[in-house]
Amino acid sequence: MSEAVLDPRFRRKPPKRPLRLSWSDERVRGIVWQILVVAVIAVIVWWLWSNTVRNLEIRRIATGFGFLNREAGLPIAEHLIDYSPTDTYFRALVVGVLNTLKVAVVGIILATILGTMIGIARLSRNWLLSRIAGVYVEAIRDVPLLLQLLFWYTILQGLPGPRQALNPVEGVFLSNRGLRLPWIDWQAAHSFALLAFVIGIAGTWAYARRARRLQMADGQPRKVWPIGLALVIGLPIAVWGALGAPWTPDIPELRGFNFRGGIVVSPEYFALLVGLVTYTSGFIAEIVRAGILAVSQGQWEAAQALGLRPGMLLRRIVLPQALRVIVPPMTSQYLNLTKNSSLAVAIGYQDIVSIANTTLNQTGQAIEGIAIIMLVYLTISLSISMFMNWYNARIALVER
Amino acid sequence: MSDITQKIELGTSVAGVPEAPRSPPMSAIGPIGWLRANLFSGWLSTAVTLLLAYLLVRWAIGFVDWAFLNAVWTVPVTAQGAQTQACRQLHGAGACWAVIAEKHRFILFGTYPFEEHWRPAVVCVIFVALYAVSAMRRFWRWELALVWVAALVAIGVLMWGGILGMLYVPQERWGGLPITLILATFGLAFAFPLSILVALGRRSQLPAIKALCVLYVELIRGVPLISLLFMASVMFPLFLPEGMNIDKLLRAQIAIILFAAAYLAEVVRGGLQALPKGQYEAADAMGLSYWQKTGLIILPQALRLVIPPLVNTFIGFFKDTSLVLIIGIFDLLTAGKTAIVEPAWQGFGVEVYVTVGVIYFCFCFAMSKYSQGLEAELNRHRRR
Repeated sequence: MSEAVLDPRFRRKPPKRPLRLSWSDERVRGIVWQILVVAVIAVIVWWLWSNTVRNLEIRRIATGFGFLNREAGLPIAEHLIDYSPTDTYFRALVVGVLNTLKVAVVGIILATILGTMIGIARLSRNWLLSRIAGVYVEAIRDVPLLLQLLFWYTILQGLPGPRQALNPVEGVFLSNRGLRLPWIDWQAAHSFALLAFVIGIAGTWAYARRARRLQMADGQPRKVWPIGLALVIGLPIAVWGALGAPWTPDIPELRGFNFRGGIVVSPEYFALLVGLVTYTSGFIAEIVRAGILAVSQGQWEAAQALGLRPGMLLRRIVLPQALRVIVPPMTSQYLNLTKNSSLAVAIGYQDIVSIANTTLNQTGQAIEGIAIIMLVYLTISLSISMFMNWYNARIALVER
Repeated sequence: MSDITQKIELGTSVAGVPEAPRSPPMSAIGPIGWLRANLFSGWLSTAVTLLLAYLLVRWAIGFVDWAFLNAVWTVPVTAQGAQTQACRQLHGAGACWAVIAEKHRFILFGTYPFEEHWRPAVVCVIFVALYAVSAMRRFWRWELALVWVAALVAIGVLMWGGILGMLYVPQERWGGLPITLILATFGLAFAFPLSILVALGRRSQLPAIKALCVLYVELIRGVPLISLLFMASVMFPLFLPEGMNIDKLLRAQIAIILFAAAYLAEVVRGGLQALPKGQYEAADAMGLSYWQKTGLIILPQALRLVIPPLVNTFIGFFKDTSLVLIIGIFDLLTAGKTAIVEPAWQGFGVEVYVTVGVIYFCFCFAMSKYSQGLEAELNRHRRR
């Protein structure tokens, strides 16, 4: 912006001064220091590396990633893709990554919802509600996550067995074998309906964009919700109905000593999810609260003075400004949740850390095992921060 | 206007002389007014209040029943060990605090020789006193460093013993709360200076140094602490020449220092960036060297800016020291978990975890309240 007003004389670069080979020249000092630091670090790395190579030779530990193609022989209780102990280590590690993603994605969604609710509750004018939310946040944040995970896991293990399972709602059973939920007999029609649902969301988004562009051109507001409703709800139902509307509920029931039917949430996964969600929601609540408080009172008053309705006020005035404050710290909470999911190893949920740890114990190849763990987390962390940076750039304040 | 004429007519007030202000109606002030404003301001608010009050009372009754009324406080201990039948008969209806009564020494001090437990107890008191002294702004002087050195030496002497007539206790037998405090305190004491160097390096004009610091910080922040602890426990021995061996506690300590330094460096960098550019330029204009500028002008102001987030990061690390459980180091949480391995006490994990949680909570809550107080104090000049 200042390019045009700047005096052209200032755009000239300062004259280049030749390098003087003297300690009093700042640039020479800089170069010497850098060479020194890099050399020291290189020597340390080389020393550690040569030690490692020698130690590996002495202990006859193989190197390289050849073990990935060998048979793993380690049983994994929960897997999203087909897996048996006769599969390779590579497949076992992929199962571990998927398990990590399973807990991280679900955890991030639930923690965001719960955290936002508690953050808003803390700002409530109802004294009791805001006090309870405050005590929750303080208590959750001041106790280590690992302790909370062990606590939840102990509670789940202390539940009665399947025969005396808690049955809060019809078809839902909570016992020391985990949580059983009713499900439907999944058929191709359901997959197509799900696909139609995704297409419906994409279509609604495209239509909303177009409506907005047209409104910008002629000032006429267009209703998005009827078309959105038809696309998101109507289209999947139509697809499902056209394929014969299969509907066979699969309700869990007690047979002998265990349940049959339904889907099962293992106690390990359940404890990990509950621990991660409650812990992270405490931090998210504080971020949301700070974000809403950061929108100045004048903005609320100005919006009310313009006659905006409460929903519009939140959507158009408060949230866009609050999100600018909320998104960057929220990103680091999402990253924390993902990294904290590695504590799964303490309660026996088989995530990538747990499986890589077993792998390195079985093969003895510690360096490769830890390299895999670090690589997986670095990839996940970088992906999340790239996505959130993109989102942040989209909502950031556009200054002149 | 009409008000005044009315009053004159009524003869209660002489014109021109203001009447004493009338108090608001009873329903708007006092406890009733407070209740109306904060708990029953509308039908929704009333519904929320009643629902929450109902849930709270129900939960409180259940909790009091479990923790106090139905609880078992002691159990007989015979030659065969503790007799926990009384606890088992409760079937979870009441807490078995007997496990704490029986095992509290083990949870707090681990496998340290029983007769010598006063030594780790004194160590914990020294740690707490050290924190308290360091927290007071009155003592923020360079002599504080001497106090720290003296306290850490005293802690080492007490823990190891072997002189002054104290029994020598090898490091493998240490455990419980002292290990947690040692890991946290030494971790931060070494990580903090390192983090300042890394933060300065990341803002440096020298490309090689900047690149190294960025690489270090981003690499460490991108991976979970567990992977570093695994590295410390299984990879460090491979890094060292044959015959040279560092014990496990020290290896975990190094991993925690490296981890903490990367996070603290980002906090310090925030302070360096928040400082107005004029301060840097003014220091340059005075002809100060880089280290004079940094030590005398930049750091004192930048660090002051970031004290509250620094304390929050400290709290995070205090909690994160519990992760050493996974590589089998005997800290407070590991001691708690081990205490209930014994068959007689199996199944009483909730009581133990609640107790250990309360200990962690006390430390973290104190730090968090201190951070809030400090923030208010340091920002006093900014408030109107």
